[in-house]
Amino acid sequence: MSAMLPAAQALARRHRLQWWEALPWVAALLAFYLFPNHLAFGTQLLITILFALSLDLVLGYAGIVTLGHAAFFGAGAYTVGMLAQHAGWNEPLTGLAAAALVAGAIGLASGFVLLRTHGLTLLMLTLCTMVLLEESANMGHRYTGGFDGMPGLLFKPLLGAFSFDPLYFRTQYLYVLVVLLLCFVLVRALVYSPFGQSLTGIRENLLRMHAVGAPVRVRLVVVYAASAAIAGVAGGLFTHATQYVNLATLGLERSAGVLIMLILGGYGRLYGAFVGASAYMVLEHFLAKAYPTAWQLGVGVLLVLVALFASNGILGIADSLRRRFAERAAARP
Amino acid sequence: MDLTGILLGGAAAGMVLFVVSVGLSVTMGLMGFVNLAHGAFAMLGGYAIVLSMKHWGLPFPAALALGFAAVAALAVVLERTLYARLYRASELDQVLFTIGLVFVTIALVTLTVGPETQTVLLPEWLRGQTDLGFLRYRSYSLAIIAFGVALMLALWLGFERTQLGARIRAAVDNRRMAASLGVDVGRLFTATFAVGSGLAAMGAGLGAEILGLDPQYPLRYLAYFLIVVAVGGLGRVHGVFFAAILIGVLDFVLKFHFPKGGTMFIYALTLALLLARPQGLFGRKAA
Repeated sequence: MSAMLPAAQALARRHRLQWWEALPWVAALLAFYLFPNHLAFGTQLLITILFALSLDLVLGYAGIVTLGHAAFFGAGAYTVGMLAQHAGWNEPLTGLAAAALVAGAIGLASGFVLLRTHGLTLLMLTLCTMVLLEESANMGHRYTGGFDGMPGLLFKPLLGAFSFDPLYFRTQYLYVLVVLLLCFVLVRALVYSPFGQSLTGIRENLLRMHAVGAPVRVRLVVVYAASAAIAGVAGGLFTHATQYVNLATLGLERSAGVLIMLILGGYGRLYGAFVGASAYMVLEHFLAKAYPTAWQLGVGVLLVLVALFASNGILGIADSLRRRFAERAAARP
Repeated sequence: MDLTGILLGGAAAGMVLFVVSVGLSVTMGLMGFVNLAHGAFAMLGGYAIVLSMKHWGLPFPAALALGFAAVAALAVVLERTLYARLYRASELDQVLFTIGLVFVTIALVTLTVGPETQTVLLPEWLRGQTDLGFLRYRSYSLAIIAFGVALMLALWLGFERTQLGARIRAAVDNRRMAASLGVDVGRLFTATFAVGSGLAAMGAGLGAEILGLDPQYPLRYLAYFLIVVAVGGLGRVHGVFFAAILIGVLDFVLKFHFPKGGTMFIYALTLALLLARPQGLFGRKAA
């Protein structure tokens, strides 16, 4: 090891856990005790973080730009909802597994067909796929509840012991937090694995990856399906937590919103999902209802400024600040 | 309504889509810049046209010219000061920037003008119906169709027969090659961006009767503009024209006959078309 160049050492060590990686989880636990009246919002935030994390996997690592990721969130949400409504299958954990399977299968099938294209074409194809799913949910009134969705779903207690709490969301919050942690560990392991490295290679230089014989399309389809399954889990959690499901889980607004949050936080760096979703949703939670127009103006200005002056979202700003401090410290005698 | 009437109504809607989207197609083809704020420029122009008619009593054609000029000027300013900084940025930063611009525009219009839908007061000579010999139809729709066809011909002549058009075509096909042959792609882009945004402004004003005009305009029709551009093929003027008519007619017919699942069909068709021809109907295959 000692013979390694510093750069090589940094590369070999980058998958190791850093001390600050505990911060989001500590903050989430602290929030549980400090803000017992805001746990419903906190649950939504954690679900959105998980959704943004799934998007980061395809967008940030594999470079697949998609406007239709809510298709998988909605597929998971509707799977859990329809199983509970029509099949009486209201055990949460197996419902979540079913959500992951269904969303993953849709991701596998659509990825197999769509991922031959790039750029604007891919953007439009993912968008069209999502709208088709949304319209089918809208028209299949008998199975999906149509425009009104399915309100008032009931679920069995978690692990047979912890029942969902419709008022304070204590169970839901911790449940979502644990699932988020498990998914995060999975995603983190995935992006630092050789598989994840080859995804970065595909994003950075497609031609070269083809030239070295990497199975580019298979990798893209696999990561797309994995990301879809995680998005489906997020959707399933949404249905469990809120006990309803409606068309808003499938819409362009959700797709575009999560894309904005991820770019705002910084894509391709795992924690961008945490930072972006928290910043956006906390601001929205406190400002949007009171001053909707001013909120829209403010968030618009924020997005423009971040795009113009930060190379990669909020975490990009943090990075360049840290680099500047490090340079200044190194310049000091 | 009989078939000809439906076709004419759809064609008018398609012409509006064409006038609004043609600039987006050329600028995206030229610079690869993902400009989701195109609809915001259109909306601002539409407001300038409607409000100048209402408050200053401008005649309709003069208001259209004013909307074109005002938005083209604004586009040049924004392009030189803000857009130009992001040409080398990633697609995602461009998406973030232009979506931010859309939010700002929506909020500013809501704050200054209000959230309600604006209506166009058509001049006397555009109201009523015109007798075409074989049928009578709304004069306004016919005027829009005539305008769209004339614009298509003018753009086609401009693209195919002038040196400026040849430069734009060269830059769309291969920007680096064109630049190395001495084409100033940056200036070309500023010019096409201004004209494209101005045309979008006119389209929003012309189409205010058909598509409506309110602060949510840029987001509501964003998917339609992008579909038209993608189906037509990036940077292909005639592609945008035929794609817009196709989408306009289909949308009109389907909404008329199947008010429930009509939009679904448009998206299904787009999906099928783009899977069969990823570069769009008239696009050239990427090398």
